[in-house]
Amino acid sequence: MKPFDYRRAQDVSGAVALLSADPQAAFLGGGTNLVDHLRLGVVAPGLLVDVSRLPLDRIEPLEDGGVRVGATVRNSDLAADPLIRERYPVLSQALLAGASGQLRNLATTGGNLLQRTRCVYFQDVSTPCNKRAPGSGCAALHGYQRYHAILGGSPECVATHPSDMAVAMAALDARVLVRGPGGERGLALTDLHRLPGDEPWRDTVLAHAELITAVDLPPLPAGARTRYRKVRDRASYAFALVSVAAVLVVRDGRVDDVRIALGGVAPKPWRAVVAERALRGGPATEANFRRAAEAELAAARPLDGNAFKVPLARNTLVATLRELAGGTPR
Amino acid sequence: MEADITLRVNRETRWLTVDTRTTLLDALRDRLGVTGPKKGCDHGQCGACTILLGGRRVNSCLALAVQHDGGEITTVEGLADGPDLHPLQRSFVRHDGFQCGYCTPGQLCSAVGMLAEARAGWPSAVTADQEGPVGPGPVALSEAEIKERMSGNLCRCGAYAAIVPAIAEVAR
Ligand SMILES: Cc1cc2nc3c(=O)[nH]c(=O)nc-3n(C[C@H](O)[C@H](O)[C@H](O)COP(=O)(O)OP(=O)(O)OC[C@H]3O[C@@H](n4cnc5c(N)ncnc54)[C@H](O)[C@@H]3O)c2cc1C
Ligand code: SF4
Ligand code: FES
Ligand code: FES
Repeated sequence: MKPFDYRRAQDVSGAVALLSADPQAAFLGGGTNLVDHLRLGVVAPGLLVDVSRLPLDRIEPLEDGGVRVGATVRNSDLAADPLIRERYPVLSQALLAGASGQLRNLATTGGNLLQRTRCVYFQDVSTPCNKRAPGSGCAALHGYQRYHAILGGSPECVATHPSDMAVAMAALDARVLVRGPGGERGLALTDLHRLPGDEPWRDTVLAHAELITAVDLPPLPAGARTRYRKVRDRASYAFALVSVAAVLVVRDGRVDDVRIALGGVAPKPWRAVVAERALRGGPATEANFRRAAEAELAAARPLDGNAFKVPLARNTLVATLRELAGGTPR
Repeated sequence: MEADITLRVNRETRWLTVDTRTTLLDALRDRLGVTGPKKGCDHGQCGACTILLGGRRVNSCLALAVQHDGGEITTVEGLADGPDLHPLQRSFVRHDGFQCGYCTPGQLCSAVGMLAEARAGWPSAVTADQEGPVGPGPVALSEAEIKERMSGNLCRCGAYAAIVPAIAEVAR
């Protein structure tokens, strides 16, 4: 591991200033992803700026009925928060479906959003990987593809974004608040991560020294039911093969409002806008759910090793919507 | 690069100088001689290194020591009250909750943290998937709850069939 300096940021502007002054510096949240990458040699920053103790650890109701989640709130605290469990059960479910109790106690909101792909080649410095070593090639194209993308990949990179929390936040129309050297800005969570295109080393649209300070969750429409479903290779403590976060409002048997995001299938939390459009206003029936899922997945370009994800994603989406359309609201 | 830090380990204050790259796990084991926490994977994947940090269970292999300067740590060595084993330790002995014992210090620290989480009303994936009102108040720990909440601790010997009842007995 390359030696590095460590500084504990005193406030938000100090954290941003430390990174602005040093192109080799990186923010440190809970460290559950970054420390692993330091050890594996995936990244080698010269300075770690610890932002985990910044006073961004609050979960507060907003005047519009939404909730603001600070960037240093631990994943476990967020999942257990009464306000989140009451208003956004899908977010609590997504967090609890991810990692382990120990990891969630360390992991932060900001770090979770910016965690990097679990592609085995990305983590193995002895193999080619365009994301880790630009221009070196992509070992996954002829390798292990089970956890790779069926939507949104490019010939340069087919890695998936591994966060469960981000998938729920994408379905909730969350906004990310960012502080950078030039001041503050906000962006839709669905605009935070980018598709690889021919620059797969850029995971997000954030510039160096931009710090995530909070995530805003807008209020859900009245009567909305929400659900996170995750399919994986073992019952717990495994990344998603496919996951679905859905928000559904059914009125008089018709889909009044619907928001869907898919995980495990794309380089970013995949907002299923095609399916949403196909569903809105139509009858809330299984046949329609299936047609909508198929419309969304028509764009899928599976690899040899992950073609199973197309029917898996379709079936998981249909099952999630069917469950939300039945039963009692929550 | 080096840093001077203080750790409270099992109710004792320890001063040390660490390379900034040192994890809590390595600081405990190699610098302080506290070898209860085990290094299984060093990547957050097995739970053998689990300790209590400020009362919460965490993987010490992914925590940089310098980041937790001033931290209050309990390892398996600190669970007993003098000669009296912690109720979980007694239950693990009674139920034979191990074979080789390598995962046990992590299982025990994790279980202590887990029981506190359930008492505080924290949900798990099992709780959160249930329909109906959710709410404050301690969570009753069914076998399914214990398995889900302990999924961050792997046992290579597969002693789960004894680990789960050992924890369940104390949870009751
Ligand atoms: C064995 C294992 C299993 C896991 N399983 C799952 C799973 O099933 N589902 C899942 O979703 N996740 C899973 N995870 C990943 C885990 O959720 C992430 O490691 C964690 O959320 C990262 O948060 P952190 O605070 O520790 O980030 P760090 O490791 O501290 O940081 C991650 C990145 O974010 C940057 N960063 C941190 N905070 C900020 C900020 N405020 N602003 C800007 N940049 C910032 C850092 O510079 C770094 O690049 C697993 C991890 C492990 C080790
Ligand atoms: S899929 Fe992306 S991250 Fe994985 S090896 Fe290819 S370029 Fe690297
Ligand atoms: S050694 Fe820390 S989780 Fe395996
Ligand atoms: S008892 Fe051997 S690893 Fe658990």
